[in-house]
Amino acid sequence: MSGLDIRGLTLELGGRRILDGVDVEVPAGQVTGLAGESGSGKTMTGLAVIGLAPAGAKVSGTVAYDDGEVRVPDLLALRPGAMNRLRGRRIAMVFQDPTASLQPMLSVGTQLTDHMRHHLHLSRSAARTRAAELLERVRVPSPEAALKRYPHQFSGGQLQRIAFAIAIACEPKVLIADEPTTALDVTVQAGVLRLLRELTDDLGLAVLLVTHDLGVMSAVADTVAVMRNGSVVEHGSRFQIITDPQTAYAKELVESLPHTPPPGTGEGEA
Amino acid sequence: MTARLSIEGASVTYRQPGRNVLTAVDAVDLEVGAGEVVGLVGESGCGKSTLARAVCGLEPLAGGRILLDGEPVEKLGLRPRDPRLRRIQMVFQNPYASLNPRRRVGAQIEDGRRVAGGGAPTVAELLDSVGLDASAGSRYPHEFSGGQRQRVAIARAMAAGPDLLIGDEPIASLDASLQARVAALMRRVALERGASLLFISHDLAVVRVIADRIAVMQAGRIVEQGPAEQVWASPQHPYTRRLLAAIPIADGLGRLPAV
Amino acid sequence: MTAVQLPRRRALRVPVAWRRPAAIAGSVVLLAWVLVALLDPLLGLQDPLQQSVGDAFRAPSAAHPFGTDALGRDVLSRTLWGVRSSLPLAVALVAGSLVVGSVLGAVAGYLGGAVDEVIMRIADLVFAFPTIILAMVVAAALGPSLLNAVVALLVVSWPNYARVMRSLVLGARGQEYVVAGRLLGAGPFTSLRRDVLPNVSAPMLVLAMLDFGNQILLLAGLSFLGLGAVPPTPEWGSMVADGVTQFSSWWLATFPGLAIFSVVVAFNLIGDSLRDALDPRTAGAVQGSSI
Repeated sequence: MSGLDIRGLTLELGGRRILDGVDVEVPAGQVTGLAGESGSGKTMTGLAVIGLAPAGAKVSGTVAYDDGEVRVPDLLALRPGAMNRLRGRRIAMVFQDPTASLQPMLSVGTQLTDHMRHHLHLSRSAARTRAAELLERVRVPSPEAALKRYPHQFSGGQLQRIAFAIAIACEPKVLIADEPTTALDVTVQAGVLRLLRELTDDLGLAVLLVTHDLGVMSAVADTVAVMRNGSVVEHGSRFQIITDPQTAYAKELVESLPHTPPPGTGEGEA
Repeated sequence: MTARLSIEGASVTYRQPGRNVLTAVDAVDLEVGAGEVVGLVGESGCGKSTLARAVCGLEPLAGGRILLDGEPVEKLGLRPRDPRLRRIQMVFQNPYASLNPRRRVGAQIEDGRRVAGGGAPTVAELLDSVGLDASAGSRYPHEFSGGQRQRVAIARAMAAGPDLLIGDEPIASLDASLQARVAALMRRVALERGASLLFISHDLAVVRVIADRIAVMQAGRIVEQGPAEQVWASPQHPYTRRLLAAIPIADGLGRLPAV
Repeated sequence: MTAVQLPRRRALRVPVAWRRPAAIAGSVVLLAWVLVALLDPLLGLQDPLQQSVGDAFRAPSAAHPFGTDALGRDVLSRTLWGVRSSLPLAVALVAGSLVVGSVLGAVAGYLGGAVDEVIMRIADLVFAFPTIILAMVVAAALGPSLLNAVVALLVVSWPNYARVMRSLVLGARGQEYVVAGRLLGAGPFTSLRRDVLPNVSAPMLVLAMLDFGNQILLLAGLSFLGLGAVPPTPEWGSMVADGVTQFSSWWLATFPGLAIFSVVVAFNLIGDSLRDALDPRTAGAVQGSSI
């Protein structure tokens, strides 16, 4: 299978077991949702996979990576240098708050081209051309002009699109998205979710989507893994998890949602 | 029936140095009746929080007026707040910033009880009404989760025996599984103690469940208001429709929300 | 009546500060210096003022473990007697500027407006002159004595504290819990005392602890210029100042310098522990792992 295969991922920090044997597969061309309340370990799972667990954490288990060209039996066993080469190049990330994940003092163009030149060995002008294409790809208006601007000159939704552009710049095979729409307004979120789905389908990305929002899960995730206390309690198709959860905890999570009939009967739905 | 809170043509403006005057709240009319729960929804930057602050006297009005039981709400200056206006209390957005980290929870609820004077329920009763153990009073805010802190903030506001409780995005920072629960809790405690509730949120799906009436705000103006079910089922304004269509519904069908 | 009993907080928490190894180490050093100051006459030291020109610039030996200075005075004895003037002066100086600066800075930051303008412009005025020059002018105007030197340094030191305090208060007064307190009827004084100051005290405390070394050296500067400690009174700062010019006699500056160093480190250790202990978030955890 190509994608990520996480087996028995365990993480201990300061004597506390934060992840307790997480098993989850993240196949290519699919969005795998990781749901759960805060403290369930879903964010830590994403960080541990890409080797960004906090200092002093003891990580065990295996994370197998395979994209057809490169096969790594266990990402966790890689030396930091090797992991660095993989991260950003083949495994990319998008975080919750785009205003915090982009460097405020560097232009968008610089942030977009730096790692392309580093990982793909592109010339300055080639990287620039590609950067403009990427911004167009994620539908940032007037991409050429946008390259010269700085993060504070964009809205939150535009910044998150730029963050996606940076993430896909080196044609990664795996994307880890940690609450990528939580900080956005609902109308903006709709656009970003569409973008995420589109990139997954077009680029054949294996996406690990971490979110607490089951509505978001229902919209874009193919399968949903429900986490609690550091392990996956149930993993199934989005339809099964949301309409027919098997475990008590998944049931509880689904039932905590406000029961709503579809809004704007007739007119609201596009 | 006179409204408990009436906002009449209220405007709030900010003067930005070197730039134009920004109108955050633009001639807003809104009423909250006694014992009524009004949901005010809108996206970030629409002015809904500024309006909430104005109702509390934290923002000066550039025009119009805000009345509590027919009497105007004055801007809170350096002097202690007028006891009459202490009947408006607020629950804030960030549960990690709305409690003093250096003081025990019980002492902070006690501040609220002092406002109410004699008849206030005990700290233990207040904690119980928001679903917390009486022993919580002797602990510090950092010992609580976000949802529990928000419960404490609700208890503190209710301790003052308010006639009007305002929630300024009180559930935005909470886990999805807690949002509906905390919102319903606010409705319950407010109505139990005879207070009206002005509940501000960007989340129409949650507001719909607890509000009697919904007002939709866009760019400083209220574009639509009406009974909750009516706004939800047959929205009139195009913006309300767009807002509703963008909500991802957890039905497991993989439908992407409309842009 | 409240069903929940609220134990008194200070009584419970401050002792926790001294359960930390760093605080214990710092306190032991300070306590040792206080004992030395009290027991100086009983230690059987040579007279710190007794000159002996024939014994000038002697390197450390059995007779003079820390060597002798230009006038043949025993450096060990002068260092141990020096604590009597240096320590209390530095404490008074730091405490004085901390209190004056904090009060003015807090008032300026919380009230804003004209009060803020006036206080901060005065602070700017003090900042506009080099510290030591301004201190010299004030000290000269008051006449040479250690007390006047302290007053002069207080005049030039408070703006540092006021600046930091003002920006801390500016940041804190918009916090939701401060606003919540105002909505519940707290006036500016209650708000400052109850909600603002306790939450900004930690950086101020650290600032004060770091300021000790600086102040001891500034005092030394004034003494060196004849505006502070009047010779031949032993005082660490002036001993260092005298010693640094004598390269060949390393012991002159080294030993009083180490004394200053030990006091500064001791205060820093205590300051760090105090900061953690005053904060309920870290009070329980000894050597706080970050939260």
